[in-house]
Amino acid sequence: MKVEEFLYQEARLLDTQQLEVWLDLFTEDATYWLPLELGQKDAIDTSSIIHDDRTLLELRVKQARHPRAHARLPLARTVHQVGNVMVLSDEGGEVKVSSTLTLVEFRSERQRVWGALVEHRLRRAGEGFRIAHKRVDLVNSEGEIDGVAILF
Amino acid sequence: MGAFEPQSLAALVQADRVHRSVYADPGLFELEMERLFGRAWLVLGHESQLKSPGDYFTTRMGREPVIVVRQGRDIGALVNRCVHRGTMVCPEGRGNAERFVCPYHGWSYDSAGTLLAVPFADGYDKAKLPRGLKAVPRVATYRGFIFASLAPTGDSLESFLGPAKASFDDFVDRAPGGELEVAGGVFKHAYNGNWKLMLENHLDGAHPAWVHASSVAVARAAPEPGGPGEERYFDIAVRQMRQNGAPDSVWEDTGMRTTPRGHGIMGDYHDDSRLVAGMGNPAFDEYRVSLASKVGEKEADRILRVTLWNTVIYPNCSFMSQFRQLRILQPLAVDRTAVHTYSFRMPQAPARMFRDTVAFSNVVNGTGSWVLTDDLEVYERIQRGFASGAVEWAQIGRGFGRDAPEPGGGLRGATGTSEVYIRAQMRAWLDYMAA
Repeated sequence: MKVEEFLYQEARLLDTQQLEVWLDLFTEDATYWLPLELGQKDAIDTSSIIHDDRTLLELRVKQARHPRAHARLPLARTVHQVGNVMVLSDEGGEVKVSSTLTLVEFRSERQRVWGALVEHRLRRAGEGFRIAHKRVDLVNSEGEIDGVAILF
Repeated sequence: MGAFEPQSLAALVQADRVHRSVYADPGLFELEMERLFGRAWLVLGHESQLKSPGDYFTTRMGREPVIVVRQGRDIGALVNRCVHRGTMVCPEGRGNAERFVCPYHGWSYDSAGTLLAVPFADGYDKAKLPRGLKAVPRVATYRGFIFASLAPTGDSLESFLGPAKASFDDFVDRAPGGELEVAGGVFKHAYNGNWKLMLENHLDGAHPAWVHASSVAVARAAPEPGGPGEERYFDIAVRQMRQNGAPDSVWEDTGMRTTPRGHGIMGDYHDDSRLVAGMGNPAFDEYRVSLASKVGEKEADRILRVTLWNTVIYPNCSFMSQFRQLRILQPLAVDRTAVHTYSFRMPQAPARMFRDTVAFSNVVNGTGSWVLTDDLEVYERIQRGFASGAVEWAQIGRGFGRDAPEPGGGLRGATGTSEVYIRAQMRAWLDYMAA
């Protein structure tokens, strides 16, 4: 499978709200990260909009399905538009990929547009890949933004 | 009788109910900017943000853009508006500057705001030129926290804070050597709701079981947090989300005190051992030793036994002294509010203590948090509800009639879920607005 195809499939799982299938793309040691600051080096000494290990990411998906998840019921409808896909490195069974994300979100009579630089670390698994690390740098991460209750 | 005469305003905030217009009327919001945010002491930040002469950061007081700047040993605040053509002379952010130069025509000011130079100066009668940027009339600090007031006269800062000083004392006393610094990035979030909704929510022990039901449920089903020395990354998130599902008795037993200026102090239920690196944890033990080496064993015990949760400083701040989080709100419109959340590092404590603060901040105060996002959703639904005129009043009467007097002139709720804190905020609101 080509890297592009994998990223498009990942986006489609989110846009069709197959969140549990999307979660299964992540390795057991995966991290999912939306840094707060431009060029942020770590998630330990600086806050993050989201910094989940696999356990927390699973809780995030479960919360989205809870009948009293007020900010997530109903789930926002989204389109994840993936572009500018480039393989940065491919060694030791791990592929580092850079891409851009344009995301349109609609919920509660409000449409929001997000832009981000994205980095995936993908591990080869059978014919495809699994996600070992996903970093999403929102262009407005340092701005005054309304609550983020979607998955990127 | 005009709409905003004292008697009309008093009619909006009654003993056990408040009129929806207090949250929804744009005219009242304009009056709040003048009489409340234009008079009260506002929390602006912390001295650690301004270490060297010329260090500055920008913020807003109500809607006034201001520059907070280190002027030698003093701290000053200047209205960020060129006296020439009204331009903001300093871009929003922080940095160090020897002078502020207006980008429009190059008028320049020193860090005290004094006008230094004016291009094409021959065109002016020098005697009639303004002296410089308008200074915010009163700036003061309490234990390192920076406050300012747009009013030239009024309460002293100490009198304004009253018994709420003790929460700042707790914040600082917990830090070995009394040393704190802003670190780890600033969360900035906004919501389509009135500014008061956040201050009310932060002292509300009756809401977590409902608003946070989904995060409580998933955290209860999560793997058990590890014991001392065996913590995993997700433990703090799981512990904190579970805490929101504490039984009613825990919230009822929580202390709830207020002050005459509308501040509120919620305390007595969280303790370090249940939440962050607790007693028995090597990092916490090391921190405790560091604290005790400065103040002695007995005093360290006393300090660590204080268990304060949120303190609200009316009208623009809410902080958690025990977890070193401070939130400053900025009212943007009657139905739009921005909130900046700061984390504090204790430079003389083990690095792990701050890492726990960061992890705690992500789960509780983060823009993508499981917890905060549900609060914001509810604020927006309240604002939509208050836009309706079909029902005029909101209730603030839980525990009314059972409030007990507190030293310093405030009141204590009969139980932790008493709405005494909203009643105190509304009382303070009327004092500022009708004065």
